[in-house]
Amino acid sequence: MLEIENLSVEVAGRKILRNVNLSVNAGYTNVLFGPNGSGKSTLLMTIMGFSGYKVTEGRILLNGEDITGLPINERASRGIGIMMQRPPNLVGVRLRNMVKVTGKGKVDPDAAAKELDMEPFLDRDVNVGFSGGEIKRSELLQLGAQNPCLYLLDEPESGVDLVSIEKVGAKVHDMLRGGTSCAGWKMQSGKAALVITHTGQILDFIEADRGYVMCKGTIACSGNPRDLLAEIRKMGYEECVKCKLKLTPVN
Amino acid sequence: MQAEADTSELRHKVEEARKKKAAFGEDIDLDKYPEASKDVPKVDRLVDLSQDEQRTLLNAGIIPSEEGRAGSFIYMDESVVHTSVRMPGVEVMPVSMALKKYDWMRDYYWKAVLPDADKYTARTFEEQADGYFIRALPGAKVKAPVQTCLMLKGKSVAQTVHNVIIVEEGAEMEVVTGCSTSKGVERALHLGISEFYIKKGASLTFTMIHNWSEQIGVRPRTVVLQAEDSTYISNYVALRPVRSIQTYPTARLDGKNSFARFNTVAIAHPGSELDLGSRVIMNAEGSRCDIISRTITTGGKLIARGQMIGAAPGIKGHLECRGLILGKGGIQIAIPELEARVPDVEMTHEAAVGKIAQDQVEYLMSRGMSEDEAIGIIVRGFLEVGIRGLPEALKREIDATIEKTDVKGM
Repeated sequence: MLEIENLSVEVAGRKILRNVNLSVNAGYTNVLFGPNGSGKSTLLMTIMGFSGYKVTEGRILLNGEDITGLPINERASRGIGIMMQRPPNLVGVRLRNMVKVTGKGKVDPDAAAKELDMEPFLDRDVNVGFSGGEIKRSELLQLGAQNPCLYLLDEPESGVDLVSIEKVGAKVHDMLRGGTSCAGWKMQSGKAALVITHTGQILDFIEADRGYVMCKGTIACSGNPRDLLAEIRKMGYEECVKCKLKLTPVN
Repeated sequence: MQAEADTSELRHKVEEARKKKAAFGEDIDLDKYPEASKDVPKVDRLVDLSQDEQRTLLNAGIIPSEEGRAGSFIYMDESVVHTSVRMPGVEVMPVSMALKKYDWMRDYYWKAVLPDADKYTARTFEEQADGYFIRALPGAKVKAPVQTCLMLKGKSVAQTVHNVIIVEEGAEMEVVTGCSTSKGVERALHLGISEFYIKKGASLTFTMIHNWSEQIGVRPRTVVLQAEDSTYISNYVALRPVRSIQTYPTARLDGKNSFARFNTVAIAHPGSELDLGSRVIMNAEGSRCDIISRTITTGGKLIARGQMIGAAPGIKGHLECRGLILGKGGIQIAIPELEARVPDVEMTHEAAVGKIAQDQVEYLMSRGMSEDEAIGIIVRGFLEVGIRGLPEALKREIDATIEKTDVKGM
């Protein structure tokens, strides 16, 4: 579904990503590990097409189509949806309205919010005065209404308290599974996702298929996500940074 | 004898003020605008007005069927065309009638606004302009808004109007005023005096929708006097093109623990000059105020002024001017002023002028909206903050106006 080929990206004139190669197949949930500042968020923001992330080399393919130069909303309409780490405040725009517009009027904001304990926030301005965990749930609420084919989730667990993490984890799990428990069906028509996680905590809730480790702006390693996480937990990211083992081409 | 001497002195002062320029705004040559008609025929029911006129009323937030309104007052040019009262606890009549009916009206008429303040007040005084008198009786909680409309019908005329609102002790009332121009009127002038008195423990919510047209000059002069524990909330909405508006309504908080809030939302279209201010003078202990303005220019000039004067201990005020610049050629000027006359005051202000934040637009685009849709939502949200708490029907009207506003030329 998603293929990143040899992607290099500059932010404010500084090269942040170098020759990134990565792919997510339909129905796959791939995770992206990496130390802080390694470029994980930059990759997600670039895939979505936000300004300020300048592709200097390489390309982004979605279902075989080169979307590198497409505006953000056209990427969204082709099925990409993002949960941002730090979304902007939308003063005067109520979350209820955001859910309605994002769901093209087909989503009942009250029912959707109930699932995430977000009913009290529906009539508040989007993200204004929200805590870290509330922002995550608000993002998930909107993403649920948007119903994309490819989810880009930037640290869904960070800043979420222990009670909410269950809700967030369960919601992410449900969204990615697309309501089926059949592995074969999921591979054919389920949702795909690229999930950033620094701590790996979200893996307690979702079934990840492949893991990547990003270091210093490039993919250092890939493999079974649980093996990678076990290794990272044992050795720390420092070892990944030092590791000379270069990854074999993906897929 | 003394009274006569006072009157003659006042007349003299007003005569002197005939050429007195206002402190702000383009100076309008009043000689070019003859007096508007005092002979517009009356109607018993607003639905008897022409379809065009009814549409004009609707566009200014006035409901022709009068359903859900406590009363109505319609003033066209300088003629009172319709008055009605539909709910208990409220009086609605021409100010000329109130002057005949109540001796005490002399304590309110021209007591808040000075007749010799400038050439516009002088003209209104000399013409002995009529207007609305609306009074909420002591303790009355008026269940629905009273609606008033000031409409310009004649071409190239000056409409003068003098309004008085009294909210008696413990009463609560909402008034909606729509100011508008009848179809086909291009160039004209509106001069309006408004004197509001809010007694002890009373509250008034006053919403004014300005719906003029491209070549209209507008010079309202409004003063609100507030007693102890009173509340005044003003919502001012001007989203349609107009040539020039200059206004600086002032609330004087003379009673302890009184509160005033001014909300302003306005758009300056190409060719428009809007000079909009709100002033609160906090004279009594514990009084508070908020002045909030949300303004946009799509090519015109917009000056958002705000002044708070803190002259008593324990007062608190916040002033917030935010302006968006859309398109090219527009000018936004924010002029917040804070004046403290005693040590124990807390007054703050924030002012920000600029374009729409790109990260907000892109955030909405990542949810599938086009750039124009995203800008529309942000602009609506921006204005919405300025009029929070406005009745749904008015909000819909404002939404419709925003829909028609070109905000694409970023």
